Amino acid sequence: MSGAGGREAILGSIRRSLGRGPLDEAARATLDARIADPRPNLVPARSDLPQAERVALFTEMAEKVFATVDRVAGPEAVPGAVADYLAQHNLPPALAMAPDAALDAYPWADKPLLAIRRGRAEEADRVAVTGAVMGFAETGTLMMASGPEHPSTLNFLPETHIVVLPAERIGGAYEEGWARLREQGAGEAGDADDGGFMPRTVNLVTGPSRTADIEQTIALGAHGPRRLHIVIVEEEAP
Amino acid sequence: MDATSRTFVANARAGLRDAALQTSLARFQGGFQVKRAEAAERLPEFEALRDEARAIKDHVLAHLDHYLERFEERVRASGGTVHWCETPEQARERILALCREADAKTVTKSKSMIAEEMALNPFLEEHGIEPVETDLGEYVVQLADERPSHIIAPAVHKTRDQVADLFHEKHTPLGRTRRLERVEELVEEAREVLRPRYLAADVGITGANFLIAETGSSAVVTNEGNADLTQILPRMHIVIATLEKVVPTLEDATTIMRVLARSATGQEFSTYTTVSTGPRRPGDADGPEAYHVVLLDNGRSRMLGSEFREVLRCIKCGACMNHCPVYGAVGGHAYGWVYPGPVGAVLTPNLIGLEEARHLPNASSFCGRCEEVCPVRIPLPGLMRKLREQEFAQGLAPAAVRRGIGAWAWLARRPALYRCLTGIGIGMMGALGRRRGRFVRLPLAGGWTGARDMPAPEGATFHALWRKERKA
Ligand code: SF4
Repeated sequence: MSGAGGREAILGSIRRSLGRGPLDEAARATLDARIADPRPNLVPARSDLPQAERVALFTEMAEKVFATVDRVAGPEAVPGAVADYLAQHNLPPALAMAPDAALDAYPWADKPLLAIRRGRAEEADRVAVTGAVMGFAETGTLMMASGPEHPSTLNFLPETHIVVLPAERIGGAYEEGWARLREQGAGEAGDADDGGFMPRTVNLVTGPSRTADIEQTIALGAHGPRRLHIVIVEEEAP
Repeated sequence: MDATSRTFVANARAGLRDAALQTSLARFQGGFQVKRAEAAERLPEFEALRDEARAIKDHVLAHLDHYLERFEERVRASGGTVHWCETPEQARERILALCREADAKTVTKSKSMIAEEMALNPFLEEHGIEPVETDLGEYVVQLADERPSHIIAPAVHKTRDQVADLFHEKHTPLGRTRRLERVEELVEEAREVLRPRYLAADVGITGANFLIAETGSSAVVTNEGNADLTQILPRMHIVIATLEKVVPTLEDATTIMRVLARSATGQEFSTYTTVSTGPRRPGDADGPEAYHVVLLDNGRSRMLGSEFREVLRCIKCGACMNHCPVYGAVGGHAYGWVYPGPVGAVLTPNLIGLEEARHLPNASSFCGRCEEVCPVRIPLPGLMRKLREQEFAQGLAPAAVRRGIGAWAWLARRPALYRCLTGIGIGMMGALGRRRGRFVRLPLAGGWTGARDMPAPEGATFHALWRKERKA
């Protein structure tokens, strides 16, 4: 039977195969110490660059996987850049936007034609706008974390996903993202060194949805967004 | 899942005669091989990362009990539940019970080889629950009432034309009566047909590429985003995974991720890597209300103590089948169970019994490419050789093979006689074959010459040449 019986039977069988009983205190402590102080393993040197070059590498890698990238000079340029993108792609000026305080920094009121609804994505939504925890230059990947400020449905249901990302949030390797989550989670759940820092859903997103399941021909928009547009904001409001 | 591995030889013949399959296989292997090689080339640390990935997996296997206990503890702390199941039957019973708890009528599923081990779809159907496959390839296979023929490209055996016919037939009742031609149109139609299924599903079932002991999380990798819609829309998220998927930390998972996509498809990183921890949190506007992990053993804990432990490092990337000439010739269905290709040739006899699957370890030319490309450096040819030895020792090899090998062994233990007889034989073959340089047919060796010519020997045995050299 599954349940407690299954658990003991499986653990017993593992230990028989390993030719030992349960680990002793000292051995367990050593393994737990490795978890409590998680060190990066080998990190490829590729993204170990000065910030400006990281942003350039991030852009190059994201574009290689069919994301589009726009770089704007400051926060005040964001609403215009979003409106232009919608117009270029014949998309309706209606946005499902994450209720993320960071997105309030952009003067959306400058574009009164944009209809903005804050909250999770619904079936009819065609365009989502969200922020991201970080971007990683290594592969042009975005990290998004679920929470009241960022419902995960925004990342997947609408056919177009626009991500507004301050340039300073672009890091090198994925490991920097885990460190950031541990830092943010410390104090919240109160046990960051005990694994309790993780949001329900962390999405690492590298380009728009794709499939190659039919004759290895790449087609975009298999189930998730067809378009992933990243607006990199060069300097933040003072 | 019922196995047809027993009839591998007949399955393989059928594969060789299937023209559509041959077209598909020829296209896909070349593409994957080039892409993997290019991805490896672009990352100078690739080989070193393979070593690290291997070391992490070995470390986990040596401490598997501890990491699983630790994983369960963290799942519980984040509000989820782990269900330990020894057999596929127990696992699917447990999944059914969970579905009933959620009052489920339909279940969306993202691709999982473990679900194939459990034959989960037919089981749920029998019990009045409709499973909907969401990975495009897996959806095609489900519509066609077939089985996946590759672990990461389930419908690789189908041509675009065949998919077009299938969609036309199966989607016509939905009012989609036009036969579509282009790949983009087919993908679009599948997207439109599946969208309402995602929204209506009561339970979402995903596999897992990693279980993370540090955080009690499961991580799943896709390109389509189907595992995400599968897990964030329904009320309940069920993860199914086998024991060896656990890793200590997020950093350890990350190291393995760096070799996974590159080995599988040659991508730098898969489109979506999603790490899920427990059910939705207070204040969250979406996400599942319940989170369950069904942990399946199905023979892995036993394999851990056997000479086949190393195959438990497998991260299911598919590189070994992408590079295997036998897989490339006969296709995945010939292997007759869940896992095809070189990894299947080692895993299948271990999981369903050597008697059932004795042909698989013999379906190898020992060219060694699978081992060369395996990101966690599993010595697949060596493990297949061990299975062949077991096959012989258990008396499962056919009588003719046993008699042949028995006679050879008797002779080989009598060096003088061996030299004398092989000298005569080789001399005769050399003389007979000198004109054409090869034999199209040889008595007693039809198995060899049925598919290829036997080169004619030069006229002296290795032993004879060796002695001559030494004297000179
Ligand atoms: S055996 Fe190695 S190459 Fe084959 S699927 Fe597993 S990890 Fe990949």
